[in-house]
Amino acid sequence: MASKIDISEYRGVWVFVEQTEGEPARVSLELLGKGRELADKLGVVLTAFLLGESVQDTAKELIFFGADEVIVADHPLLRDYRTELYTDIISEQAMARKPEVLIVGASPIGRDLAPRLSFRLNAGCTADCTGLDIDEESRLFVSTRPAFGGNVMATIICPEHRPQMSTVRPGVMALPEKDDSREGQIIDLELQLDEDACKVKILESVKGASEGVNIQDAERIVAIGMGAGDKETFDMIKELAELLDGEVGATRFAVEAGWVSHDRQIGQTGKTVRPELYVGCGISGAVQHTAGMSASKMIIAINKDPNAEVFKIADYGIVGDVRKVVPAIISELKNQMT
Amino acid sequence: MNIIVCIKQVPDVTEVSWDPETGSLIRKGIPSIINPNDKNAIEAALQLREMNGGEVTVISMGPSQVEEALREALGMGVDRAIQLTAKQFAGSDTWATAYTLGLAMKKIGQYDLIICGKEAIDGMTAQVGPQLAEYLGLPQLAYAMHIEVVDSKVRVKQKLGDLDRLLEAPMPALITVEREAYQPRVAPMDTILEAYGKEIPVWKPDDLNGEVENFGLTGSPTKLRKVYTPKLIKGKIEMLEGGPEDVARKFIGKLKEKYIL
Ligand SMILES: Cc1cc2nc3c(=O)[nH]c(=O)nc-3n(C[C@H](O)[C@H](O)[C@H](O)COP(=O)(O)OP(=O)(O)OC[C@H]3O[C@@H](n4cnc5c(N)ncnc54)[C@H](O)[C@@H]3O)c2cc1C
Ligand SMILES: Cc1cc2nc3c(=O)[nH]c(=O)nc-3n(C[C@H](O)[C@H](O)[C@H](O)COP(=O)(O)OP(=O)(O)OC[C@H]3O[C@@H](n4cnc5c(N)ncnc54)[C@H](O)[C@@H]3O)c2cc1C
Repeated sequence: MASKIDISEYRGVWVFVEQTEGEPARVSLELLGKGRELADKLGVVLTAFLLGESVQDTAKELIFFGADEVIVADHPLLRDYRTELYTDIISEQAMARKPEVLIVGASPIGRDLAPRLSFRLNAGCTADCTGLDIDEESRLFVSTRPAFGGNVMATIICPEHRPQMSTVRPGVMALPEKDDSREGQIIDLELQLDEDACKVKILESVKGASEGVNIQDAERIVAIGMGAGDKETFDMIKELAELLDGEVGATRFAVEAGWVSHDRQIGQTGKTVRPELYVGCGISGAVQHTAGMSASKMIIAINKDPNAEVFKIADYGIVGDVRKVVPAIISELKNQMT
Repeated sequence: MNIIVCIKQVPDVTEVSWDPETGSLIRKGIPSIINPNDKNAIEAALQLREMNGGEVTVISMGPSQVEEALREALGMGVDRAIQLTAKQFAGSDTWATAYTLGLAMKKIGQYDLIICGKEAIDGMTAQVGPQLAEYLGLPQLAYAMHIEVVDSKVRVKQKLGDLDRLLEAPMPALITVEREAYQPRVAPMDTILEAYGKEIPVWKPDDLNGEVENFGLTGSPTKLRKVYTPKLIKGKIEMLEGGPEDVARKFIGKLKEKYIL
């Protein structure tokens, strides 16, 4: 659409902060880290936008994680995520305060909110980014994202519209260090909200049946693919993960085969991880999988096929049968521990 | 009850291959399919029609070959199809896609539900549904695992990450359907044959009451600056060789070298 705004009036970087019962989502903290970097490059203020119920303490935390100011919408009706209210409140503030960049975690909530918000604000939105930067010459916000199932990367800009919006994949940006000595400003919004005015009602909200693991927090991951394809091998791999003090990750095939739950899937349609150690067992190395793990610090691949794609991105490779190699590693590890 | 389903035609990315030498995408000869997730949306609409009566319309924006996708949807049993094809629509980002689809919805006028897939396998932004809902000022119920009409309101079981929610909204409303919900039916032979006889109107900018500068590439706020194939080669790999015991020892040696153990 044609832009009718004066873009020079827009200043500052905003991060939408998602929270559950006051606890900020990890991806939001990751974005504060990245947002800090972007704001410093632009020489502007970094603002966190927090909505929830009784979130004053959370607001202070956000300053410790890098925000200069926190806009807080604190109200019982904001405890649970609601598309309408969240969009109304953020868009109203964005129209008044005019940030040049607005970033949102590409979590289920963020992917519901950001596009709606961007349309309301007459702005574009780049989805599921894995890279964000500022072009220092033009002050433009430059986002990079995978498309076509991770087979290509696209670099996207929004030159004429503001704010420049992107959603960012969880697990891609590093978690910033917390600094309890940081100071900043908290801006409390005056809100007049009314449940009757909300069209969408939340009749029920329950925690779903997941194992509650977040493999993005794991520093060591042993991942299974179709080549580790039976119950016995899977149990061995679980044991190896435990011995290494890590978690089990998986390819989509392994998830679809029902060996592990979806929250352990790594890749384009799963999670992005960057542990210090990733061990791939019987994984071919399809780009949709490696898109989610190639930033791991050390990658070791075990595959019986010497030509497997996975060896192209691994630091160390073992050509062999996981059913023989993994038990050998387990017994050697146990040997060395005693 | 009148339902409109938005479907996108996509290259079958499971068939995409890339040149190992240059790393570039080989797109030649890749078949086009209905975005798999949009078949879930069609199935949901057909089931709702079976329960509540009414009509199901499918709509797709894209080059002239999207007619095939629309015919396939008619084959699954939807009542009618509308095609949005014009050179002005080319290069639309999600904003311009939502705008153009929204204008078509306004032209259709009468609808109770709009159903989209959660996301398309090629662009994979999951943005078109929410943006279309915003344009039309509709309540948005994303990530639906189940849809039901109760007392002229729509109820959706929503999978919001690790939360399972039950949402209720007045109609008209817009729903995006999860990939795991509503396994699409196999099209019966008689409807497939019938589908080939049906007329599919093609709407162009003149048929829509929109602003020309909002369509397609010009109308898109996001601009593609560069597209490239990610580098697959990380560096030189070191192979750990020998029998299982040898490689196990070497494996542990590497972890110790890097202080992981
Ligand atoms: C749109 C889209 C999104 C996708 N998203 C994801 C995603 O998020 N995550 C994901 O992982 N995938 C995803 N995929 C699927 C992806 O393309 C691959 O199909 C998948 O990652 C392959 O899984 P795999 O490596 O377990 O299986 P396979 O490709 O079947 O590989 C098995 C490997 O094991 C080896 N092997 C077999 N037996 C043994 C043995 N005994 N010992 C050692 N090695 C053995 C074989 O040589 C082979 O290399 C997606 C696909 C599409 C189209
Ligand atoms: C490499 C690349 C990267 C891109 N990145 C972005 C980006 O970050 N931001 C952006 O705004 N655009 C982007 N685009 C453009 C975007 O892919 C197109 O606008 C596309 O038409 C719709 O987006 P999608 O495929 O992500 O659909 P999604 O939003 O994932 O689709 C969701 C649902 O909307 C409906 N739908 C989508 N398209 C149509 C259609 N044409 N007709 C009918 N129903 C439809 C379907 O029900 C579908 O299931 C990119 C394009 C390319 C080639």
